[in-house]
Amino acid sequence: MTAQLLASLPLLVPMTGLVLCLVFWRWVALQRGVMVGVALSLSATAVALLLRTTGGEVLAVRLGDWPAPMAITLVVDQTAAIMVLLTAVVAVACTLFSLGGIDRTREHSAYYALLCGLFAAVCGAFTTNDLFNLYVWFEVMLMSSFVLLSLGGRRAQIEGAIKYVTLNLISSTLFLAAIGLTYAMLGTLNMADMAERLAAAENPGQFTPVAAIFLVAFAIKSASFPFFYWLPASYHTPPSVISAVFAGLLTKVGIYVMIRFFGLMFPASHPDAGMIYHIILWLGGFSMVTGVLSAAAQMEIRRILSVHIISQIGYMLMGLGIAGSALHRAANDGDPGGVLAGAAALALAGTIFHIAHNMVVKVNLFLVAGTVERICGSGDLNRIGGLYAARPGLAALFLIPALSLAGIPVLSGFWSKFLLVRAGLVAEAYVIIGVSLFVSVLTLFSMIKIWIYAFWKPAPENAEPHNPDRDPTVGPMRWQYAGSLFLTCVTILIGVFANQAIRAARIGADQLIEPRAYLDAAMDRAGEPASADPASAGEGVAR
Amino acid sequence: MVLTSVFSLFLLALVAPLVTRVAGRYAGWVLATVPAGWAVWYAGFIARVGEGEVITPASLVWVDSLGVALSTRVDGLSLMFALLVTGVGALVVAYAGGYLAGHHHLGRFYGYLIAFMASMLGLVVSDNLIAIFIFWELTSVTSFLLIGFGHDRAAARTAALQAMIVTGLGGLALLAGLLLMGVAAGTYEFSEMLEGGITLGDHPLYIGILVLVCLGAFTKSAQFPFHFWLPGAMEAPAPVSAYLHSSTMVKAGVFLLAKFSPVLGGTEEWAWTLQIVGGVTMVYAAFLAARAVYFKRILAFTTVSSLGAMVMLLGVGGPGEAAAMGFLLAHAMYKGTLFMVAGSVEHQTHTKNVEQLSGLMRIMPVTFAAAALGAASMAGVAPFFGFTAKYLMKGPIPEAAAGSFLVIGVMAMGIFMTTAALLVAYKPFVGKPNEAASAGSEAGPALLLGPVVLSVAGLIGGLMPGLFVQPLVASATAAVTGDAPEKALSSSIGMINMGTLLSTSTLAIVLGVVFYAVRDMLRRTTGLMDRLDPMLSGPVVFQRVLSGTLWFGRLQTRLLQNGSLNTYIRTTIIGFIALVLGLGANRLKNAFLWQDAERPSLLGMILVVLLIVSGVAATVFRYRLAAVAALGMAGVASALIFVFYGAPDVAMTQFAIETLTVLIFVLVFYHLPQFTSFTGRMQKFSDWVVSLAFGAVMAGMVMLAVQTDMAPKISGYFSENAVPLAYGRNIINVILVDFRAADTFGEIVVLGIAGVGVAALLSVSGRSQNPTKPDGGVA
Repeated sequence: MTAQLLASLPLLVPMTGLVLCLVFWRWVALQRGVMVGVALSLSATAVALLLRTTGGEVLAVRLGDWPAPMAITLVVDQTAAIMVLLTAVVAVACTLFSLGGIDRTREHSAYYALLCGLFAAVCGAFTTNDLFNLYVWFEVMLMSSFVLLSLGGRRAQIEGAIKYVTLNLISSTLFLAAIGLTYAMLGTLNMADMAERLAAAENPGQFTPVAAIFLVAFAIKSASFPFFYWLPASYHTPPSVISAVFAGLLTKVGIYVMIRFFGLMFPASHPDAGMIYHIILWLGGFSMVTGVLSAAAQMEIRRILSVHIISQIGYMLMGLGIAGSALHRAANDGDPGGVLAGAAALALAGTIFHIAHNMVVKVNLFLVAGTVERICGSGDLNRIGGLYAARPGLAALFLIPALSLAGIPVLSGFWSKFLLVRAGLVAEAYVIIGVSLFVSVLTLFSMIKIWIYAFWKPAPENAEPHNPDRDPTVGPMRWQYAGSLFLTCVTILIGVFANQAIRAARIGADQLIEPRAYLDAAMDRAGEPASADPASAGEGVAR
Repeated sequence: MVLTSVFSLFLLALVAPLVTRVAGRYAGWVLATVPAGWAVWYAGFIARVGEGEVITPASLVWVDSLGVALSTRVDGLSLMFALLVTGVGALVVAYAGGYLAGHHHLGRFYGYLIAFMASMLGLVVSDNLIAIFIFWELTSVTSFLLIGFGHDRAAARTAALQAMIVTGLGGLALLAGLLLMGVAAGTYEFSEMLEGGITLGDHPLYIGILVLVCLGAFTKSAQFPFHFWLPGAMEAPAPVSAYLHSSTMVKAGVFLLAKFSPVLGGTEEWAWTLQIVGGVTMVYAAFLAARAVYFKRILAFTTVSSLGAMVMLLGVGGPGEAAAMGFLLAHAMYKGTLFMVAGSVEHQTHTKNVEQLSGLMRIMPVTFAAAALGAASMAGVAPFFGFTAKYLMKGPIPEAAAGSFLVIGVMAMGIFMTTAALLVAYKPFVGKPNEAASAGSEAGPALLLGPVVLSVAGLIGGLMPGLFVQPLVASATAAVTGDAPEKALSSSIGMINMGTLLSTSTLAIVLGVVFYAVRDMLRRTTGLMDRLDPMLSGPVVFQRVLSGTLWFGRLQTRLLQNGSLNTYIRTTIIGFIALVLGLGANRLKNAFLWQDAERPSLLGMILVVLLIVSGVAATVFRYRLAAVAALGMAGVASALIFVFYGAPDVAMTQFAIETLTVLIFVLVFYHLPQFTSFTGRMQKFSDWVVSLAFGAVMAGMVMLAVQTDMAPKISGYFSENAVPLAYGRNIINVILVDFRAADTFGEIVVLGIAGVGVAALLSVSGRSQNPTKPDGGVA
């Protein structure tokens, strides 16, 4: 398969699914088939991409075959491939769960089409190299998630959806404004081109205030402190599988874009890099603490899990911050290949690993929460209980991702914690590492709280008996278990095959730190020996 | 093979529920054969390791880039622990079969217990620091599941939570400590540190490493002030207490300190920390043990005390290590015995309070015999192994830094231990059987095997030290000190004056008996302790810290997430302003000082004034229609800017959009109720300030952008190539449908999804039973 076709498949597959689902508007069974097909072919695509990019190759496709900085370019390196793979994993799990867990009414209201739209937008955001195109995928993501959020039209849902869409529109507006300002300054929107023009600019610091607007726009998208309000306001309102998809994908796109954007625009040599990454580090620290503290104060499973996302986002920001600051320091010390640079690569690999791990685990916890709510009729910890004795299988399906989230070995979460803490200690970022370890204890506490209340505690006596297995408005519950089981296996496998997973994350991190191959691919300089001299390649690079 | 022993146990844990279903009431015996087999296998190494050999099998690389491997190393210390884990483990599994016979979750229980066994075995035989940590955490998790096994009771759930949080906290400190050790030593392989003769005492990171590793070890080994979780953990079934909370898991902290002492030990900080923490724990917990009344509580406090003594001895150093190792082995045997005895008595009589029992000797004679042997060893009566341990202990202590205090401390511990020994092994068994005792009967073989084997082993250990005690303790000591086995032990024995030892030992026993006799008075006069201990450490502090954290969490949630969209927007904008100013204040400031700006034309001025006026109007008008009209005017004004500055096609689009927007707004607003403002005067004022600041920042950004021209724009390409390559004369159109068609495609999808959304929302609310109220109810 040509590189061009392969690089465009992450976008094409779900888009095709979207169109087919709309064509089969009246035949829900066919839509389910389409959704299964999308999930599987997206997985196959992602695996192919991952294998192709492992050797350091970067795939690119210039849409419409226009020349390099002018065309919209999709670029897939190892990090993007990992993200697409995780999107596919989430798609498989949520599709499985939906077969049994989504109500018939929503299935008739274009549920699958909207899911496909969301997956397409997410994959688009992961692969595009064009800033405005990225904005477009953000819009698709926002619109499909908004409709998914408000489907059903319950009062709480609409209220959550309004907050969600309003605050995200602020992000969109800022994003768009920043794009305009960027074009005025740099004259291009191809991120690779931007990076090279900025690196060659006489006074690159002029761009820093614009970058700050991008930072806020992406921080809102990723629900980091102090811009996270839309998340706790909305995530607990729709059916759990929809929150699961959101929890797995939306905020991670924000983080990913932040890593990509700042990695390209603020390499270690940029004079403002130290400042930018320091701010990111502290945004991460505050996100961690506020998120986990709010989680500890909640008493409803999905609310706990929702605010916990903020805390986990903090870890990802922390990794990025540690990596960027360490690289900057290493460059200033004139020791770009030393211990600090190694720590930076490790921290960035830890961030990528953490995103991947978190997508798997968080989605799974939301799915389990959905099953708990279906069985008990509520997610309020005070009104449920006794599941450990009644549903041992479900208990295991909760406990494994919960412990993984808390970073217990040998599950995936342990390795991400290990990578980040080790990198942080080598980089001598003791304070933030201390904070992160403290947050980790509270994470453990929150997970144990859910476990104790929902699983160990005997069911309250006034719990109304009903048979969740025979609910006519939704499908059979075994599909819900199947979705959770799949993700649980993924968590365990990531933990056991940590070596391979960490190696992939490390390749991705190295490509982000030294983006030569990415830039060449995005600027269509494949095979040109002149690539060592950016000024001679591509047109219009200012000297 | 060493790794096989660990993995085979994990496998056994997985199949344990199945085995339980198949083997029924014999499951305990069946399952116990596997650890028993491994115990025999490990026992085969006693002679070799006793001669100073260290067994290092090939390792299994896990994450090569990070130096994480499942490497193993069996030296004297590891061997002693491996024997305890597998040997006592086999006895406990068999015991559990009798203790929990018929329990409906017995299969799960075996699974957790054997998984714990595997983790603990992995912990003691691992050589790689990260592998050690991994197994360390696994012991915490399995312990959590075991403590909470009786999850119907709130006390069990709370105890499990406490244990998990405390050991989890310590675990994280340990992780940081081990990682720092790796950084300082340049390897995670412990044997490489030993071979390289690496000692970290002078490393700049030493204090950090020491504090973190000690935190990990002290929480796990229940040292003061973290000791409270261990008595709480007695909520677990007796086999768990006998196994995890006396002979194995709680010793993991001691194990770690002992293992690391060649690398971390030998410094002033090490000596003082361990001596003080261990010494305080030793005396304090022994005192609490002497005045407790519940079987398992007494034993739990004596365990804490013994652990303190071991920590203290490791801190004393020199020959102290030998004493620690001897004491550790002796303690594992007698405490395992006594816990199982306590479990048997509880199981047979359903009574937990020793004061409520008497005369059990006639009813449970075999159990009594085991209890008597164990208690004698605990009290340090010659010729039991416990005496040997004490014997080893008396030598090095006076030499220590805090010597005189420690001598008194050890004496005090000896006294209270004797009292505690009498409480558990004398009080319930002597006298005439009372009602509670008569209700019981002698325990079955499963319940008897463990105590009998362990107590007899304690006796043999004292009578014939050469059989297994001598080589084990000597080689374990050698592993800790780095000397050859024989030398390690003899150096400590040589220092003891037998006469003094016997006299102090006898004195301790006599005083212990006295305290036993007046125990009621002791309890009454020190009643304050019942309130003081929880306050000093335990549940109260834990609860305080926890509820404080939760309170803070709730407060913060209330402050930050009050549910009002207005607040959220306000905070977001303020955050935006702060971040942008923080990152670019000086550059924005310069943007406003722009000197060579063109003077705006009159037309431009008029349009700007129009924009500002309509913007202000939109915010102050109290009628929605008027506000919308003002917004429309702002739109038209900006469209006019496009007209006059050379983009008529953009202006056309803008006009169309503005008109449509106003029309749609008007249609929708017609259905809405009157607009009412709930915002106070102060709030309005601050909102004005925030809005103006936001506007100023954005204006500054635009001015900055206009002044900055880092590179030529790519739009030239579009105008040059629109006709020759894309065959279109309207450049905007060509850009939209050709150069950047993917964007347009995306926007079409947005529109399509919006349409789908409207259709779906309408059809869902049309079909559902409770359509949304017409007022929408949106804040």
